[in-house]
Amino acid sequence: MDVEILSRIQFAFTISFHYIYPPLSIGLGLIMVLMEGMYLKTKNKQYEQLARFWTKIFAITFGLGVATGIVMEFEFGTNWATYSRYVGDVFGSALAAEGIFAFALESGFLGVLLFGWNRVKPIVHFIATFGVWFGSMFSAVWIVVANSWQQTPAGFEIVGEGLSARAEITDFWAMVFNPSSVDRILHVWIGALIAGAFLVMSVHAWYLLKGRYTVLSEKAFKIALSVAALMSILQLVTGHSSAAGVAVNQPAKLAAFEGHYNTEDQADLYLFGWVDHEEQKVIGPYVPGGLSFLLDGTFDTKVKGLNDFPQDEIPDAINAVFQFYHLMVAFGMYFIGLTLFGLFLWWRGKLFEYRWLLWVFVFSVILPQLANQFGWFAAEMGRQPWVVYGLLRTSDALSVVVTANQVLFSLIMFTLIYALLFVLFLYLMNKKIQAGPYDESNTESRPLQEGMAESFK
Amino acid sequence: MATFLGIDYPTLWFLVVGALFSGYAILDGFDLGAGAWHLFFKKEESRRIALNAVGPVWDGNEVWLVIGGGALFAGFPILYASMFSAMYIPFMLFLAVLIFRAVSIEFRSKEKMKWWRNTWDISYSVSSILMALLLGVVVGNILWGVELGPNHDFTGHWLDFLNPYALLVGVTTVALFMMHGAIYLAMKTEGKLFAKVNTLLKRSIIFFIVSYSIVTLFTLIYLPHLTDRLHENIALFVVPLLAFLSIANVPRLVSKGKYVMAFLFSSLTMSFLLILVALELYPVMIMSTVDPAYDITVYNAASSENSLRIMLNITAIGAPLVIFYTIFVYKTFWGKVKLDETSY
Ligand code: HDD
Ligand code: HEM
Ligand code: HEM
Repeated sequence: MDVEILSRIQFAFTISFHYIYPPLSIGLGLIMVLMEGMYLKTKNKQYEQLARFWTKIFAITFGLGVATGIVMEFEFGTNWATYSRYVGDVFGSALAAEGIFAFALESGFLGVLLFGWNRVKPIVHFIATFGVWFGSMFSAVWIVVANSWQQTPAGFEIVGEGLSARAEITDFWAMVFNPSSVDRILHVWIGALIAGAFLVMSVHAWYLLKGRYTVLSEKAFKIALSVAALMSILQLVTGHSSAAGVAVNQPAKLAAFEGHYNTEDQADLYLFGWVDHEEQKVIGPYVPGGLSFLLDGTFDTKVKGLNDFPQDEIPDAINAVFQFYHLMVAFGMYFIGLTLFGLFLWWRGKLFEYRWLLWVFVFSVILPQLANQFGWFAAEMGRQPWVVYGLLRTSDALSVVVTANQVLFSLIMFTLIYALLFVLFLYLMNKKIQAGPYDESNTESRPLQEGMAESFK
Repeated sequence: MATFLGIDYPTLWFLVVGALFSGYAILDGFDLGAGAWHLFFKKEESRRIALNAVGPVWDGNEVWLVIGGGALFAGFPILYASMFSAMYIPFMLFLAVLIFRAVSIEFRSKEKMKWWRNTWDISYSVSSILMALLLGVVVGNILWGVELGPNHDFTGHWLDFLNPYALLVGVTTVALFMMHGAIYLAMKTEGKLFAKVNTLLKRSIIFFIVSYSIVTLFTLIYLPHLTDRLHENIALFVVPLLAFLSIANVPRLVSKGKYVMAFLFSSLTMSFLLILVALELYPVMIMSTVDPAYDITVYNAASSENSLRIMLNITAIGAPLVIFYTIFVYKTFWGKVKLDETSY
């Protein structure tokens, strides 16, 4: 395998692994803010207990997010040196802003969030929790701005030629608010909030099924369900808006999303299907003219098909792009259905009466993760063969001095380390969850309580 | 070229990056140093105290590396691209070590089994030492020069980075961080553990002064290009002099038990040493051992003036905020370590 394919695999692998954790941290952050807010408002200790419990889980996701994120930051330089030289001028300011505004805020307050429970007043702790959550939302902004700039570049000019050509920034705000960034930030944010809410629902549904911590769990579940339902509906709106943007800015990507080969007056919308690249058609049930309709409300809008683009400017893995995109949308629809059903039962006072439904919530935790991953895969594979859309090809973006063997080495290294991390992650999550909100197993670390236990003997 | 206070933008950004890396060295320096000592503490209780001394702050410290890296990418994309692709393998190893360190801190306290804790203790300590060593190796190579060819692309072999000089700077860095970390631990501990830290601290001062002297000697003999600048302008001798004075001050303050001041001076030592490196090289950032035409300088690596101006504004707004939360966090956790149920 050559350097290009290895570097692409490594980048996709390391970022996908990174992207397991930040959405959970961002999503849990909001729920923790809500729990602590409820505590401040109602003075009910149970909310504090919940917030403390989720802080422990959060510590795990956050820790892994940080460890794997640093890899991402340097991978631009190690594997994509030509790309870094090309985009650095534009993209740098977004990264600099991310570091200084977001990461510093997050990690500064993180210490207080995790270790400050007994040191600061509840209101100060609440501010710290909010700070961490706000910081994590903010860090998503800048990195998605950077990524959106490479999807839909704006606010720059090209200076120099050949090897020394690079994009230089001309208008900071045009770069920040490039055509796709607002839609995509909202979509990414909401995807993360859905992921966090589903984790909370999954864990508390499981406690309810086991008859543990019932009172606490009902409270937590309702908070998370409200977040999940609202966000699932909003996600349809932002997703639709993204798709409309893709149609204008990256028409070849849109055609790949839908496996749309021939330019036709009536473009169909497939519910699901299989793209037959040889025959240039999709096999599966469809809404005639559906795609045309979604784009501008009439069933007979021309949508340009893949065959009408230069053949070296369309993505190579059409079927994969199609499948990832359709699975994300399908999961999105499922979230809307499930959470609305949950709200309905809550309204009828029967939310916790059906064991099968609680089991559905227990297992659904995996789906937002998949939707987030698949969304990125669709967006990024659909962008190929460009690294910077229309300007720089992926095959030109590599580090010229790095050899295939070196990348193979690092790829194997990351695979091994990440496999270990993932096993530990699951193990620790499971352990924390089994231990539950009142963690009695830790007496050793509570000298005070140990002393008290002694004196009662 | 646009200037601010008479300094052009690329140089200003160079100062920003320098300040970030020196902040990083000072902050992560003490937690890496504390980590390096970890296995010297035998009792479980001592290890926990040592770990929790850095517990609430190490992540915030590491962010300085992240911001420094971002600032390099943003301000000097050419340097960022050339340096990291050149040092591919060493850098990947650095990342691996960094991951292990982060997760060791996180995972050690999660189980009580002895083997579990021992495994993470070893991983924590070894990775702390290796991180310090590798950081030093990078500085060593920057001082020594790198085999850069046309387009600033690396033409050598990655093993070249492990040359004896760079390794020597690496070892000195480990010594410096261990001294710095021991001072920090002395501020955070009491009783028997404190006494132990104090003995270790005295040894580390000797370790540092010896290795520092060897590096200096080596530099004077083998890297005359570095001292040229100092010869040209005698006034610049102030910097090595200050570095020397602040190093000498550390043992004096330690023997008087003034740990906070000692910490301050070991921090100053780090800054002076980095300023010294910068002064010796500027405007070159990485010297090419092939041809001076391929040197990476502050000017040929910089982003456009417009981009630098934007980032300087971002920094001017952001820096006070960062300082504010840093102070807030350190104030919250000021004083000797007390373990409670939220500790590692
Ligand atoms: C700011 C930049 C940035 C951001 C935020 C992301 N990516 Fe990306 N991605 C790139 C910058 C990039 C890149 C450096 O531009 C790559 C490397 C090679 C390429 O073609 O684009 C890339 C490639 C790439 C590929 C390989 C595509 C292919 O080779 O066919 C996948 C699957 C992903 N990314 C997935 C993700 C995921 C799951 C992300 C969410 C966290 C993500 N990307 C965020
Ligand atoms: C290639 C792209 C990316 C790079 C270079 C990157 C870089 C980083 C770095 C360096 C860290 C550690 C910061 C620290 O030390 O505190 C980090 C953590 C984090 N990243 Fe990423 N990241 C990328 C993609 C993303 C995306 C797409 C998101 C969007 C949601 C994201 C959200 C976060 C968050 C919220 C954290 C804090 C830790 C956590 O919550 O788990 N990152 N990232
Ligand atoms: C409900 C229907 C949904 C629609 C119509 C939709 C639409 C889209 C579109 C068009 C893109 C590509 C944007 C681009 O390439 O610029 C995208 C990307 C993405 N989607 Fe969705 N989506 C939906 C649901 C979801 C859900 C439920 C999640 C996660 C929980 C999700 C997570 C993502 C992510 C993480 C990306 C990549 C980032 C981005 O490009 O914005 N999506 N989505």
